[in-house]
Amino acid sequence: MKKLLSANQAIAWAAYRAGCRVAAAYPGTPSTEILEHVAEFKGAIDCEWSVNEKVAMEIGVGASLAGVRALVAMKHVGLNVAMDPLMTFTYVGAIGGMVIVNADDPSMHSSQNEQDNRSLAKFAKCLLFEPADSQEAYDMVIAGFELSEKYQVPVIVRTTTRTAHTSTIVDIGSGERGEVPGIPYVKNAQRNVAVPAHGRLMRFAVEKRSAALRELTEASPFNRAEPGTGELGFVASGVAYQYVKEVFPEAPVFKVGLSCLPPIEKIRAFATGVKRLAVVEESDPVLAEQIRAAGIPVVEPQTELRMMELNPSRLAALRAELLGTPAPEAPKPETGIPVRPPVLCSGCSHRGPFHILSKLKATVCGDIGCYTLGSAPPLAAMDTCICMGAAIGAAIGMRKAGLPNKRIAAVMGDSTFFHSGMTGLLDVAYNKIPITVMVFDNRITAMTGHQENPGSGHTLLGEISTQVRVADVARAFGIQRVHEADPYDLAALEKIFVECLDSGEPAVVVVRGPCVLHEKWAGKFVNEVDAAKCTACGACFRIGCPAIVRGAAKDPAGKRFQSRIDPQFCTGCNLCAQVCKFGAISPAK
Amino acid sequence: MTTPLDRIFNVSLVGVGGQGILLTSDVLALAAMHAGLDVKKSEIHGMSQRGGSVISQVRFGAKVHSPIIPDGQSDVLVSFERTEALRWAHLAKPGAKILVNDMDRVPVTVSSGLQAPVQDIDRRLAAYPGLALIDANPLAIQAGNLRAANIVLLGALSVFVPFGAEHWQSALRERIPAKLLDVNLRAFAAGRAAAR
Repeated sequence: MKKLLSANQAIAWAAYRAGCRVAAAYPGTPSTEILEHVAEFKGAIDCEWSVNEKVAMEIGVGASLAGVRALVAMKHVGLNVAMDPLMTFTYVGAIGGMVIVNADDPSMHSSQNEQDNRSLAKFAKCLLFEPADSQEAYDMVIAGFELSEKYQVPVIVRTTTRTAHTSTIVDIGSGERGEVPGIPYVKNAQRNVAVPAHGRLMRFAVEKRSAALRELTEASPFNRAEPGTGELGFVASGVAYQYVKEVFPEAPVFKVGLSCLPPIEKIRAFATGVKRLAVVEESDPVLAEQIRAAGIPVVEPQTELRMMELNPSRLAALRAELLGTPAPEAPKPETGIPVRPPVLCSGCSHRGPFHILSKLKATVCGDIGCYTLGSAPPLAAMDTCICMGAAIGAAIGMRKAGLPNKRIAAVMGDSTFFHSGMTGLLDVAYNKIPITVMVFDNRITAMTGHQENPGSGHTLLGEISTQVRVADVARAFGIQRVHEADPYDLAALEKIFVECLDSGEPAVVVVRGPCVLHEKWAGKFVNEVDAAKCTACGACFRIGCPAIVRGAAKDPAGKRFQSRIDPQFCTGCNLCAQVCKFGAISPAK
Repeated sequence: MTTPLDRIFNVSLVGVGGQGILLTSDVLALAAMHAGLDVKKSEIHGMSQRGGSVISQVRFGAKVHSPIIPDGQSDVLVSFERTEALRWAHLAKPGAKILVNDMDRVPVTVSSGLQAPVQDIDRRLAAYPGLALIDANPLAIQAGNLRAANIVLLGALSVFVPFGAEHWQSALRERIPAKLLDVNLRAFAAGRAAAR
């Protein structure tokens, strides 16, 4: 049966086919859809949104040690969070097949960095698959479960944003569930309890396994030479292979699909058949360095191809460089086109609190989510953003550094708070740090497309569950000054923010308002601007609402434009009316 | 029935989040698969719901390698509004068909005065010989729903893509919910007529 599937969909089908029994993930672009598709097989695969990637990885570890096949999925920076269990699980070794899908994001389409996690796979001495399309993603996940069991090794399948979100034709065979008998569980402390005495034994076993894995990658059909003509040959992996085939259709290519330890002897043999060998991979020179270290000369392209996503146009420039031919002509992009950055939606519950923080000139340590958009002008209400949960630790550090500004806030969303904000908040309580932790609680994981979390009251499968209140958590930690606030009442927000920021003690404000995209609240009204009252002062523009646009008329002095409200986008959140000092904004009749 | 294509055919679809670009490219890619071709559909949609620029690329033929279309190699560029057409015009082959929904979605940076609007957009678009402006919004309303404007554009695109009508029909039936099918079939037909 052939289907048009993204790699994310194909991975879910493969898990079903391979008899995977447990799947866990934390949402993160571009990996999010994997678990959403696995959830379509909920009778066969036990699946959950985990609270963070570390928990997801540990669930996979437990399932594997209990003898069943497990799949965990995360974006590249999520693997940072999950590295602790992985680095020791790789010593202990898998029993039931353990496949870790890791989605890298070259070009940082939706990420804060561009780390190449193939280095982490090497660091953890795992097997590493690099699918070049959805069919390979399907085949490699199935092979990954088998190899994981055979070699007792965690298997990482590295997708990228491009492969994860590209749909290609996949033959899923019968499409039926594959039933794999679990491996009976046997308690075995020497194997499964990583204490120093056991760890030292495991350490030797890991190196023995690596020797076996090298033989495996040398023999694997996922690593293959494709003949061609000409004296220039390529080694390529992942989607970079597709670009090489597109731009150098005549050239011999060695495709690396399974590595960590690349098939050096196979590549050495391939290299003898060409005069020059170029390695094309996305992003770091992970393969190139290992090939060169084995004494195989590699052409170093002059073009800077290490940063940002590859594409055929960039490889066409490489072709000109390697073959000494004229650079190809391509039409030039038009200039003077205004950028179209993502913005907080009209009616977004994050806009009001950011407006107040900006007004109060607070130092704001931000975090990862939709609310990171509050860093952009005109709100410009954020000083730092590092990684999931970092807002609180960074704000503590800012406070300890003795900034003259004592109004220091840490801002994060509900899902980020549950992911890795709670430990930071406990540090605030325990060490009595006088900062204000603000949780912008929209009751959903919004940026990745509305996934449930412990605050939303539902699980991945939509079942009703506990609905954790952030304020209760803060009180349980012993924080005395805890408020819940309405994001649409600016005067009340300002009063609470000032009180907390100036209190000189730990404080928590939970700003509660559902995501306007998720819980489509039909506004009771839309606002309009009374041109007779509008002085074109620009205050309403400074809340950065996409529904507020330039009007046709200017102020009497003819300098600035009056505002107008686009009824198509206005949600009736009424923030604009609250910032207008002239009473020019009111519900349309 | 298969559609012989002796080369790769490239379509780029561009616009703003929320305009139905991803559904449109889904239907195009399915139609290519139904026509017996290899197909790749690639899109970047991380921030699409938040008013960002969205691009989807569909390639089909005997064997497709790269999911990304080389710049200047799109056989047809479909833009769901005018500014995005100009932003991505360099994706089209010189002289290629550029189908544009004749409407503007003003970027919030422009509507709020942070950035200047595109200067002289009428003249600059008209400089592309393959330009065809389509009144997709009024045609969609006539078909029964403004939200079917994307399928009006798909209908217009279908005139320039070498598939039999049956593959379009089957792809639409597979991808569009049954209760919306009639509206979308009318929208598709209206787009086809408009582009002829």
